[in-house]
Amino acid sequence: MSVSVRIPTILRTYTGGNAEVSGEGATLRDVLAKLDSDYPGIGARILDESGKIRRFVNVYVGEEDVRFAEGLDTPAPDGVQISIIPAVAGG
Amino acid sequence: MSLDFGPATALSCRECGTRYDLGPSFACLECFGPLEAAYSFGDVTRAEIESGPANIWRYRSLLPVPADVATKPNMNPGWTKLVKAGNLGKALGIRSLYVKDDSGNPTHSFKDRVVAIAVEAARNFGFHTLSCSSTGNLAGAVTAAAARAGLDACVFIPADLEQAKIAMARVFGGRLIGIEGTYDEVNRFCSELIGDPLGDKWGFVNVNLRPYYAEGSKTLAYEIAEQLGWRLPEQIVIPIASGSQLTKIDKGFKELIALGLVEDRPYKVFGAQAQGCSPVSAAFKAGHDVVQPVKPDTIAKSLAIGNPADGPYVLDIARRTGGAVEDVTDAEIVAAIKLLASTEGVFAETAGGVTVGVLKKLVESGRLDPEAETVVLNTGDGLKTLDAVSGDAAPTAVIRPSLDAFRAAV
Repeated sequence: MSVSVRIPTILRTYTGGNAEVSGEGATLRDVLAKLDSDYPGIGARILDESGKIRRFVNVYVGEEDVRFAEGLDTPAPDGVQISIIPAVAGG
Repeated sequence: MSLDFGPATALSCRECGTRYDLGPSFACLECFGPLEAAYSFGDVTRAEIESGPANIWRYRSLLPVPADVATKPNMNPGWTKLVKAGNLGKALGIRSLYVKDDSGNPTHSFKDRVVAIAVEAARNFGFHTLSCSSTGNLAGAVTAAAARAGLDACVFIPADLEQAKIAMARVFGGRLIGIEGTYDEVNRFCSELIGDPLGDKWGFVNVNLRPYYAEGSKTLAYEIAEQLGWRLPEQIVIPIASGSQLTKIDKGFKELIALGLVEDRPYKVFGAQAQGCSPVSAAFKAGHDVVQPVKPDTIAKSLAIGNPADGPYVLDIARRTGGAVEDVTDAEIVAAIKLLASTEGVFAETAGGVTVGVLKKLVESGRLDPEAETVVLNTGDGLKTLDAVSGDAAPTAVIRPSLDAFRAAV
């Protein structure tokens, strides 16, 4: 499955400055694994030592926060946009 | 560009401690943890503070602002009333109770405090537009502060906010963009805008200016301590939206102790949420240290943040100090607004109703000590959330203008 991944400013050093890159995988977990093989080191910025999404990172598959879906097992349908966003404060 | 943030010397990651140069950045490159201002304080004395202006700039030597901050156009918020709430205390059975009433700020909410600091940061970084994602109060604070500071404003809100908050955000000028979605979705949008050339030179007060902006909440801690006669309260009840205000009040108390401005004594911090958006309260009760996001459904829209960024820190502070996090229903919020108004003459917005409602629940359940000195926060003005109480508001009687008619009615 081909998807697009939006990269936050602080991780663009890994993607050569690109704000959006293409990815592949049936689930979010697969997409992040492929992302890390394409851009070595980026995976460890998004996932902690135990392989979970870091607690101050929000990941969206399409419009949905994956914490409301199946976390890393959330399916990544063809053409979907995945966004990685640092937690932000309140208003 | 030469930056002047006064005593603030760096940004530091709250998770892993990595330090960064001062800049418009808000998340750690290593772990995504939130960055916050780190300081090198000089000698700060009570006398120096007391000789300062009757606004937050009396604490400028504890904030990330230049020494001449008070000479530039700003809203100059703060030094709001600490109301001795004897009547409310009596009604709830609390011996010594105070309401810190931040509805007295220029745009009638505590957000003027945080935005005032963000305006200075925007100036420092040469931004031309002041922006935010907002549940309403912040939108008004930003458009007003931008107007006075001579900056452009563009603020983003969920489209279904209270009309009074929309009117207030509009009247000061600038652009107000309603987003079809929840606050969390507005926040997400703003985060993406920052990474886009469209948002270049924009200071989002609660996103890329967050490390500076958030420090404004410390002034609540300083004022409460100074207004109590340079003493920390034994207990404090604080509303939770993102949780940032609560964590910064705790930071402010700790700084006062470290600087020797108050005596070191234990204090308990209690957090308050609306049941329709209570992810931090749920995590506290379940004993978790992570906060599972929720989709909000409550009349307390200013607290309707389903994914609170500082939630984990709120849990840490409530547990460390021996406090708690509790929530109340919409009906309890309305009852608490009326109780505070009818006992103290303070008309709170729904967030204030949440806080007083939780105070009541905590004392009734024995978790809050009725003998200990207690402060409860009202963060905004009831006129902004009039719908919450206006449904059954009507004259107590309608009569002809005659004494006989009045006698008959009473």
